[in-house]
Amino acid sequence: MSAGHHADTKEHGHADHGVDHGTLRGYLTGFGLSVVLTAIPFWLVMSNALGNQMASAIAIMAFAMVQIVVHMVFFLHMNTRSESGWTMMALIFTLILVVIALTGSLWVMYHLNINMMPGHDMSQMP
Amino acid sequence: MDLAHDVSDDTIFHLEDDHGHAESGNSTMLGFWIYLMSDCLIFAMLFAVYGVLGGNYAAGPAPKDLFDLPLVALNTTMLLLSSITYGFAMLEMAKGRVRSMQMWLVITGLFGLAFLGIELYEFAHLIHEGATPQRSGFLSSFFTLVGTHGLHVTFGLVWLVVLMVQVSRHGLIVANQRRLMCLSMFWHFLDVIWIGVFTFVYLMGMLR
Repeated sequence: MSAGHHADTKEHGHADHGVDHGTLRGYLTGFGLSVVLTAIPFWLVMSNALGNQMASAIAIMAFAMVQIVVHMVFFLHMNTRSESGWTMMALIFTLILVVIALTGSLWVMYHLNINMMPGHDMSQMP
Repeated sequence: MDLAHDVSDDTIFHLEDDHGHAESGNSTMLGFWIYLMSDCLIFAMLFAVYGVLGGNYAAGPAPKDLFDLPLVALNTTMLLLSSITYGFAMLEMAKGRVRSMQMWLVITGLFGLAFLGIELYEFAHLIHEGATPQRSGFLSSFFTLVGTHGLHVTFGLVWLVVLMVQVSRHGLIVANQRRLMCLSMFWHFLDVIWIGVFTFVYLMGMLR
């Protein structure tokens, strides 16, 4: 990119183009957020604070999603600009595949299990 | 590429070509990112397998009987700390301070080792209790998913040691910087996968 032309191996001042090493503030922000976003789900499950399994499950999944985004932004330095947007494209493509594979597998296998149920006592299965 | 122009620069043209790529890390970084995405798909499939088989206990132990959440929390902490210390190492690399970068890499490696040690202790404990991979569909998929992640961390550690030797022998040359950037992405990526593991396997397992 524009700053990639001097032969200096100590890359100073490549803030937002070329190789992104991140900043101390960025890493510390990401770390702080990650600690909070990890601690809360563990606390929710260990203390059963919500008193409702479904609510706890949804809450910890939401925290996981947010924490994954935090890691992507602050540790992996994802943005729409790096590699002219190709890393983001690859990520979006992967996410689509992951969503199809996960929801598809769980959906199909869940219904398979349901359809096995009627008339069958599972304890008598071989 | 204007070949005539490059040749007129004599032997430089190869270096310059290499340089433009290496310093901004263009092709290597994108390629490595795509590798990570393919790795992500492997884990997605293993998560799907766990999602499907995770409830099949075959009258054996369930997650509630097996998992020790404080231990998992400790493990998570180790991996998260190793992520931030690797970040510090990259910051030192950007400033060209080899010695303190190496020190942060050693600390990262120690946290990684601690993570692996705790995980192996957990596995040994489970197997000792009779909760082996052969016991049930739940345990087969559990060991496959968590074991694959652990295997990645193991290879990450091997890579880390190799790079520390490389840097101590050749210094922070452009190639080594690029390699360290790749390992950085790999290491942070493993932490992202671990978020999925502790949420879907351990925490959801305790809720089941």
